[in-house]
Amino acid sequence: MSVTELEFQAHAVESAPAEAIEGRSQWQLTWRRLLHDRMAIASMIVIALMVLIAIFAPVIASIVGHGPEQAFPNTGTTVSGTPVGPGTNGFVLGTDYIGRDLLVRVVYGARISLFVGILTTAIATVAGVSIGLIAGYFGGFVDTVLARFIDSALAFPFIVLALALAAVFSPSLTIVIGVITFFSWAGISRIVRGQTLSLKEKEYIEAARSLGAGPWRIMFIDILPNLMGPVLVLATLYIPTAVIFEATLSFLGIGIPEPTPSWGSILAEAQTYYQIAWWYVVFPALALLITTLAFNLLGDGIRDAMDPRTERIFAAARARKGRRKKKQGQAAADGSAELAGPSAGTR
Amino acid sequence: MSGTVAHGDAGASAPLAEPDDSVLVRVDNLVKHFPVHSAGMIRRVAGQVQAVDGVSLTVRRGQTLGLVGETGCGKSTLARCIAGLVPVTSGQITFDGHNITNLSRPAMRPFRREIQMIFQDPYGSLNPRRRVGSIIGDPFAVHKTASGAARKKAVQELMERVGLNPEHYNRFPAEFSGGQRQRIGVARALALRPKLIICDEPVSALDVSIQAQVLNLLSDLQSEFGLSYLFIAHDLEVVRHVSDSVAVMYLGRLAETGPGKQVYDQTRHPYTAALLSAAPAADPDAAAQRRRIILTGDVPSPINPPSGCRFHPRCPKAQHLCAQTEPQLEVKAGDPDTHRAACHFPVQEGEMLARVAGRERR
Repeated sequence: MSVTELEFQAHAVESAPAEAIEGRSQWQLTWRRLLHDRMAIASMIVIALMVLIAIFAPVIASIVGHGPEQAFPNTGTTVSGTPVGPGTNGFVLGTDYIGRDLLVRVVYGARISLFVGILTTAIATVAGVSIGLIAGYFGGFVDTVLARFIDSALAFPFIVLALALAAVFSPSLTIVIGVITFFSWAGISRIVRGQTLSLKEKEYIEAARSLGAGPWRIMFIDILPNLMGPVLVLATLYIPTAVIFEATLSFLGIGIPEPTPSWGSILAEAQTYYQIAWWYVVFPALALLITTLAFNLLGDGIRDAMDPRTERIFAAARARKGRRKKKQGQAAADGSAELAGPSAGTR
Repeated sequence: MSGTVAHGDAGASAPLAEPDDSVLVRVDNLVKHFPVHSAGMIRRVAGQVQAVDGVSLTVRRGQTLGLVGETGCGKSTLARCIAGLVPVTSGQITFDGHNITNLSRPAMRPFRREIQMIFQDPYGSLNPRRRVGSIIGDPFAVHKTASGAARKKAVQELMERVGLNPEHYNRFPAEFSGGQRQRIGVARALALRPKLIICDEPVSALDVSIQAQVLNLLSDLQSEFGLSYLFIAHDLEVVRHVSDSVAVMYLGRLAETGPGKQVYDQTRHPYTAALLSAAPAADPDAAAQRRRIILTGDVPSPINPPSGCRFHPRCPKAQHLCAQTEPQLEVKAGDPDTHRAACHFPVQEGEMLARVAGRERR
């Protein structure tokens, strides 16, 4: 008669080996893929170095024996009062217009840049995710109000606001952090809101509701883990934006007040000297470039690693490499060339 | 499953006053309309999708009510209304003697433990980012009935009971097959020892051999824990296999209700007859002898349902009266009073609807 009446064993669970119990989480898989991305590894190393430099800035300053705000009018400037070049009188990267050590100032600038970049992104991410989740999940009137708020924050001319604030209050680190945060959360909010709108229609959300879970539990336990991927990518890409933002504000003189070194304010000072002192503009700009580039490349790498489709690209690349190795006769010894991953020197 | 007769009572308006202890869920004249908004800046309500329009039925303790009907006939909406997931437009839902119609979330909370759902899609109903142990442990966490080691132990017992390896506690849903995922869904529904489990097409996404396993599991659990099921499906054979009584829905209304054997063997409503004739038969000889009733036209829009009997534009037996007067769900001549059909011209035994429709079996 009907197929359902055929005899089947109800317990068809295959007996899996006992050690294969722990499932791999999304993060473990992402991390494994990320480790195959040489560009991402290089970016992580650069970022780690930058962070170390920022942390140990006072150590570097004591090694060279120059404070960040200490001017050396005698050794640090030429007879005509211009900056001295790299390598002169113990100034590794040269000096600035009043004879301060450029190396120490750039190193101390990393502190401000990374601190502002990471702190503002952290605040903006928490605020953006919360507001986006609430707007998307509750919908209706709440969503209308919050969505318009997001739109207006995105439509605001940020330089104008920063100039206005700097005119009212004197420029300070707090204002810089406030302004950058204010212009960063909305972008994250918009993405999170959109994702929440689609995620809340999933059947597992309905399942959670049928269990009696409240809105906060659903938002933070059921929806948030599904959002963490895009949010992490977005946050990584917001850090360099915030670093540039801080540099822009300091360049315009409405950021970190003198004499605290910031890459933006060093670049602003360098404007009048770059024709006679190339190092004055090149080194802070290079620091800014390397930092933002590293964060951007890392963000790209994380995005690729999150995307399951890129797994195949990596697998294909590994297979190609394996074949090439064999052709060169190097792979005779190791049969597991494919799994060994990229080894340095083979290119 | 027991062969005792349970009935799906139904009537257009009169609430059936019959204080019966064997009734777990009573739905009286349930109506659920979804407003349809017009496009443009100012959104006005342009119409109502009459997803469920005056349905009454009962689920008895320890028994299974099978609910069948085409896609879009309102079966799932009815289930979501009973589970308290969507507010009801009108009508009343009584659970275990309590009126649970449109309760607020805190007021509904104790009943959430008693009413659980198993969902159709074993891929969509489990959160892909959470480990299986925490998914099955969710009911305990939400209702704060167990935590820590006690919760883990309870979850592993549940996993074992539904035929999953308890060692797979830390895996993710993606690491399980469709049938195993549905077992996870069953374990989650079972966690709080509910009285009623609403199964919303629990096997239609599964392979036929896996369907049998899950159905047998549900059947075993029913006798072990004394569960009642509201079992929604569009596979008539599955419903025949699991149900004590059957309700057939068409376009938001009940067409026919009664004990499974009655509805299947002494079909009264032409729509039920058409559904039954369309179900594939495993026996090729029986299949060759059958005459299929091929319905013409599409299911009408639930925004603007046909007048009179909602089935009349597609019914092979339709007459003038059908378009004018809506038939009531009532006992037809020669049937026990548990078997009711909403039809002016019920099908008689041995009647060949296929010929009336003027179409032969292909």
